Amino acid sequence: MEISRNWRLRHQRYRLLASKCACGTIHFPPRTICHACGKKSMKQFNLSGIGKILSFAPVTSAPLGFEDYIPYFVALIRLDEGVLIEAQLADCDNPETGMRVEMVTRKWREQGERGMIVYGYKFRPLLVKS
Amino acid sequence: MLKTNRDVGIVGYGCYVPRFRIKTSEMARVWGKDVESVPIKEKSVPGNDEDAVTIGIEAARNALQMASLDARKLRAVWAGSESKPYAVKPSSTIIAEAIGATPEIEAADWEFACKAGTEAMQACFGFVGSGMAEYAMALGIDTAQGRPADHLEYTAAAGGASYIIGPAEDSLAILEASYSYVTDTPDFFRRQHMHYPEHGNRFTGAPAYFNHTLNAANALMKQLGKTPNDYDLAVFHQPNTKFPLEAAKNLGFSTEKVVPGLVIPYIGNTYSGSCLIGLAATLDVAPPGSRILCVSYGSGAGSDAFSFIVTDKIGRRDNVLKVKDYVEQRCEIDYATYSRFRRKFRM
Amino acid sequence: MVAVIGYGFTRISEHWDKSLRELACESIQAALMNANMEKPEALFVGNMSGATVSGQQHLGALIADWCGFSGIEAYAIEAADASGAAAFRSAFLAVASGFIDTAIVCGVEQMTDVLPDYMTFATSLGSDYDYEVSCGITQTSLFALIARMYMQEFGAMREDLGMFAINSHRNAVANPFAIYRKEINIDTLLKSPMACDPLSVFDCSPVCDGSASVVLCSEKALNTQRAVRVIGSSVATDTMMIATRKDPLHLQSANDSAKRAYAMAKKKPEDIGLFELFDAYTILAAMQLEACGFANRGEGYLLARNNEIGIRGKIPICTMGGLKARGNPIGATGVYQIAEVAQQLLGEAGKNQVTCTTGMAQSIGGPGSTAVTHILEAV
Repeated sequence: MEISRNWRLRHQRYRLLASKCACGTIHFPPRTICHACGKKSMKQFNLSGIGKILSFAPVTSAPLGFEDYIPYFVALIRLDEGVLIEAQLADCDNPETGMRVEMVTRKWREQGERGMIVYGYKFRPLLVKS
Repeated sequence: MLKTNRDVGIVGYGCYVPRFRIKTSEMARVWGKDVESVPIKEKSVPGNDEDAVTIGIEAARNALQMASLDARKLRAVWAGSESKPYAVKPSSTIIAEAIGATPEIEAADWEFACKAGTEAMQACFGFVGSGMAEYAMALGIDTAQGRPADHLEYTAAAGGASYIIGPAEDSLAILEASYSYVTDTPDFFRRQHMHYPEHGNRFTGAPAYFNHTLNAANALMKQLGKTPNDYDLAVFHQPNTKFPLEAAKNLGFSTEKVVPGLVIPYIGNTYSGSCLIGLAATLDVAPPGSRILCVSYGSGAGSDAFSFIVTDKIGRRDNVLKVKDYVEQRCEIDYATYSRFRRKFRM
Repeated sequence: MVAVIGYGFTRISEHWDKSLRELACESIQAALMNANMEKPEALFVGNMSGATVSGQQHLGALIADWCGFSGIEAYAIEAADASGAAAFRSAFLAVASGFIDTAIVCGVEQMTDVLPDYMTFATSLGSDYDYEVSCGITQTSLFALIARMYMQEFGAMREDLGMFAINSHRNAVANPFAIYRKEINIDTLLKSPMACDPLSVFDCSPVCDGSASVVLCSEKALNTQRAVRVIGSSVATDTMMIATRKDPLHLQSANDSAKRAYAMAKKKPEDIGLFELFDAYTILAAMQLEACGFANRGEGYLLARNNEIGIRGKIPICTMGGLKARGNPIGATGVYQIAEVAQQLLGEAGKNQVTCTTGMAQSIGGPGSTAVTHILEAV
């Protein structure tokens, strides 16, 4: 049962906590050392969660712990800030490359009957206001 | 009648209803029930990656967006539910963390069957109204459990709403006064470790729903010196379509005042979310200056009654998705998929 | 100068009756006999899943013990799917440094002792746990994401990528150690179930059990003409996740590693007579050919479409069946690849013999986060 590890990652998972270097590079996951310029001058901020699908793939063979959730789509998403993120899609039966998406917080998995419920980001097709 | 020391109101609100729907006719088909005898048309079903917490997080984010409020200004996040994912660990802390309201925050989960959300809202009015806090958030969130083949299965649905309470100057609807009427009436309950609740069948009517709803409504109106004619809109708890319409009639409200807030025909009974989603649907169409009566009901039993006046800040409602936006994004599923999502299979 | 003087394989299969240590022992004995050597000074073990599948780490000591060489220098090296090749790199450095004269590299994997869901978990250890495994992203789905983008951007069809699998199967027929020794045709592939759209089960290499070993020695210890020289050796890494890459459709690690190996060997892509590449997925084969200079970006699949990858082709790849048909016992695979290059350069490849003097092997860890390249030359 993983407790502290999931707790440690909560800001990234709940609010897309990212880091921006003085050189302009944005990192998700957030880093202390910039992988573009090697410096350590980082500011943390939350990404907007809005972006578009670059690629997607259906997972039909469940990896360990995800038996309850198949089938689901995983996707590579280009967020409006420019950074890429790998994540599951939500509420999307027919994904398409280029589809606009927004972040939602959903259950990633339960650690069995007794363990923690792990919540995190997924991306669903942008819901438009009427 | 409960009056705050300073004027307070609703600064922002938001809701969330999952997109899956199961038709009651599909449920009737599986159990061999006469389609004519089932209530409502369809109900909402949470997806397998949704629960009361995820519902609450989206409703809360909508409310914050409507209010254009920084979550750190909230001094309480209080969630009411009868389907908390953890028996011990507050849903409220997870929601508070997810929206960025921690760590300077009050948080706890409330339980009072279907009125847990309005109970939390009462507390928020008190918290802000006393001057202890500027802003506080109440949520009513549920993924209700329906025993297969039971008549409550046809209506036990999923959804939730979030209300941010703040100073009257900042409000889209000001609270005139509120009231609460509570007794120990065991019309519907669930013992710990039991998965499905018990209900008292016809006992849930007169001695339960109607006793508390009508007494709370009448007492509040009387103490405010108001009659149903002074109200443009009214919202009641919706365990089915009949009860709120009968309550409205009994109190003297015309049906058209109640219809905007009647959401059960489209999404079912979202339990702690029911009255609050009904209120949201009402606020979604209420013109500035309208007066709204909102009376919840929770088994066990009790009713909270609120009297609101809508302000000209109600235009904020266009900043976020409305109840009907969520109602309209529906995805129909069959009983097998529904059973899978609701974990009715022993794996 | 570092020479390869012997190699040994176990058959790649579902070895219900052989444990991790027994598989290792078998290929080590075969390699030592092949090299006419009794015991090496050092043992380098390549393995990825010993800990998860067999509850066993400390494989250097275990395998040395089991082979009767307790006392020698021995340890395991890990670089996800490239572990076997990384172990070879360590052995190469040890011998090239002058500190070690004779070394054996043993790549070994026993995957089938656990059920498929746990097997998938074991193979996912090359991905980022916090940001990929924990939200349900699998290695196969990562390659499916890349394949979809690649096909959309460059116009490759499923048939084109499928040609890599067909080539591998054709070559495996003559390889007695291969797991699959039957040819397949493009129809079979196109009609086969999807592993993860757009990759069918035939676009993905099988996970299975096996062990390969290779014997290296220094110039000083060399006392045979039957030898192959290691003239290029390099490891390069790229970001763990494809999301953090500048160009997710380019294998920067493979490019960097190949460039360094070419420079060290003083060779160019045109000089390479055969390439044992890492066709864990057909899409990976296409991208590796591009990264290593055999095709321009986005054109790797054309080499397959235009029949240039066969034994008689312009750039023969997977000459003994590749990962797809010879098999992919993960930590062992890199050693199979290098051993097959040696086998070819020694003229011992039988029906699949390629006539050339220089061969290259490259192993990829994770979704291209590690690339290990070796270039061998006939003496």
